[in-house]
Amino acid sequence: MHYFLTEEQQMIQDLAAQIAREKIRPQRAQLDEGEEFPWELVKVLAQSDLYGLYIPEAYGGMGGGIFENCLAVEKLAEACIGVATTFAASGLGAYPILLYGSEELKRRYLPDIAGGQRLAAFGVTESGAGSDVSGIQTTAVKDGDDYILNGTKQWITNGGDAEIYSVLAITDRSKGPRGATFFVLEKGDPGFTFGKKEKKLGLRASSTRELVFQDCRVSRDRIIGREGMGFIVAMKTFDKSRPGIGALGVGLAQGALDLAVEYARKRIQFGKPIISFQAIQHKLANMATQTEAARALVYAGARFLDSEPADMSKVAAMCKLFPGDVAMYVATEAVQVLGGYGYMQDYPVEKMMRDAKILQIYEGTNEIQRNIIGQELNKEYGRLKESFF
Amino acid sequence: MHIVVCIKQVPDAKNVRIDPNTNTLVRQGVESIINPFDLFAVEAALKIKDSDGSTRVTVITMGPPQAAEALRETISRGVDDAVLLSDRAFAGADTWATSTTLAAAVRKLGDVDLVICGKQAVDGDTAQVGPELATLLDIPYATFVKKIEALDGKHLKVIRQTDEGVEVWKVPSPALLTVIKEVGEPRLPSLRHKMRAKKAEVPVWGVEALGLDPEKVGLSGSYTQVVRVFSPPRRGNRVMLEGAVEEQVEQLFRYLKEAKVPGL
Repeated sequence: MHYFLTEEQQMIQDLAAQIAREKIRPQRAQLDEGEEFPWELVKVLAQSDLYGLYIPEAYGGMGGGIFENCLAVEKLAEACIGVATTFAASGLGAYPILLYGSEELKRRYLPDIAGGQRLAAFGVTESGAGSDVSGIQTTAVKDGDDYILNGTKQWITNGGDAEIYSVLAITDRSKGPRGATFFVLEKGDPGFTFGKKEKKLGLRASSTRELVFQDCRVSRDRIIGREGMGFIVAMKTFDKSRPGIGALGVGLAQGALDLAVEYARKRIQFGKPIISFQAIQHKLANMATQTEAARALVYAGARFLDSEPADMSKVAAMCKLFPGDVAMYVATEAVQVLGGYGYMQDYPVEKMMRDAKILQIYEGTNEIQRNIIGQELNKEYGRLKESFF
Repeated sequence: MHIVVCIKQVPDAKNVRIDPNTNTLVRQGVESIINPFDLFAVEAALKIKDSDGSTRVTVITMGPPQAAEALRETISRGVDDAVLLSDRAFAGADTWATSTTLAAAVRKLGDVDLVICGKQAVDGDTAQVGPELATLLDIPYATFVKKIEALDGKHLKVIRQTDEGVEVWKVPSPALLTVIKEVGEPRLPSLRHKMRAKKAEVPVWGVEALGLDPEKVGLSGSYTQVVRVFSPPRRGNRVMLEGAVEEQVEQLFRYLKEAKVPGL
């Protein structure tokens, strides 16, 4: 379908597709098998200018928005969402600085993130704080002009491989939701170390580690925004980043659909290509329709969110929720279309099915997305004077 | 440093067919690509530019107007400027007439310190244009180069891969080098360079702009003339021997005997 992209947006798509085809696709099975961090691909992506798509030109970026970033993420994800997540997670780590960081923090960190010279990461989740962000235990205690961090972050994407971390810590527990603050941490800060690399069902090219803070001292100029703004920074960051997770889902679904259709046209059973059977046709038709619907939602949502509307959370949640479910469905059906071959590691769809599951879990489970959408509906309709009965 | 890279558009070798009636290459519907070895030449030049930011890389090609697309592709990978050498008079050129045209362009560019070519084009496979161009420009050349290092302002250290072994040469500048794939995998485009390539002006130089005699270029300036092109007939009745070596020897012996080879 034609989405009326500008010439520049078309170029972004073409370039990301070329990287996916020539560099990622030939390596994805090996990266998955070896759980290797894709440094070589990070270098290729850095050289391509894609890391800076959503970062203003003043900070070394390309001056685009969520939509441009989604176009790139989607194409990379067609080949491998492990690699695409490594790419997108740097943006998740950068958004707090971009949205709320001081001019000095922006100048210090954004140009390197935009150029891909340094990767960023986002540190919120803890063992006791997943969906319930208010449960975080990591503390940052004021000491003169410094803060001293203690605690452990869990399942941090790019953890250990990134250089720049946006980390949420409690600065004043008595203030409840206004008692949390974001800090920029750098790899190498004294007292900041990493836990072991997690072994995962899928997304194995992406690295996931603990961030461990033991009397880690940082100066107050590392605060993102102001003390106590942490939860607002987190929510606004998710509003910007969630369509990107949707784009990962669209890309994964398209990648699985491409393989399923190509296979169904070639696979002969009962003397005919299996695509001639209605059972297979209907599967492929549902997969294609769902994928296109997810894409249309992400594109429309990303464009809308780039217009800086007052309420972003509902649309951002929808853009994350639907494509994630679609990706899981399409990848599972692709395995079914390929049958026994689909189940074998010699073919790429079993990896896609393992990878897809994370899209319903990370960056807010799909249940949490439904909660957000439900709460926003309640608020929206509460403001209406009109009755529809 | 100013580096000139010479490139050529060739038919995508994956889709080449010969028309059995005319015995010529079927070019219709066959996509053109940049000769793969020329992409290594572009990469070699960009590597030098990476280490010395003041380096300027200009890419030239002789070809039809569509060849401008190939030039733009090199700009999208980081090349600074491109010039298209295009004129009806250039058509039908052999390697000598091609080198004559390229040499005129390099002279017109002036201040050139280094010319880099791919070791050969995958369509003609002659590997002649590089050395001929150097000869016409009266500069030294080194072929089959896999590594280039700047020594001082006046010399280059180049490593050649030959069938006999590896040779390390000190080459005075200006010089011409032809490169092999070991020089480094060609980089992909970047978004900024792609945007620049889209807008870039690609000047077109013809016979007049290059100050060339139309009789010395193209078909009339060519020493070689293609008399006939044909596909060799398919060899029929081939039998593949399979199994252990002993079994294969037995089979071969049987075949030779059946064929009544004298002495068996």
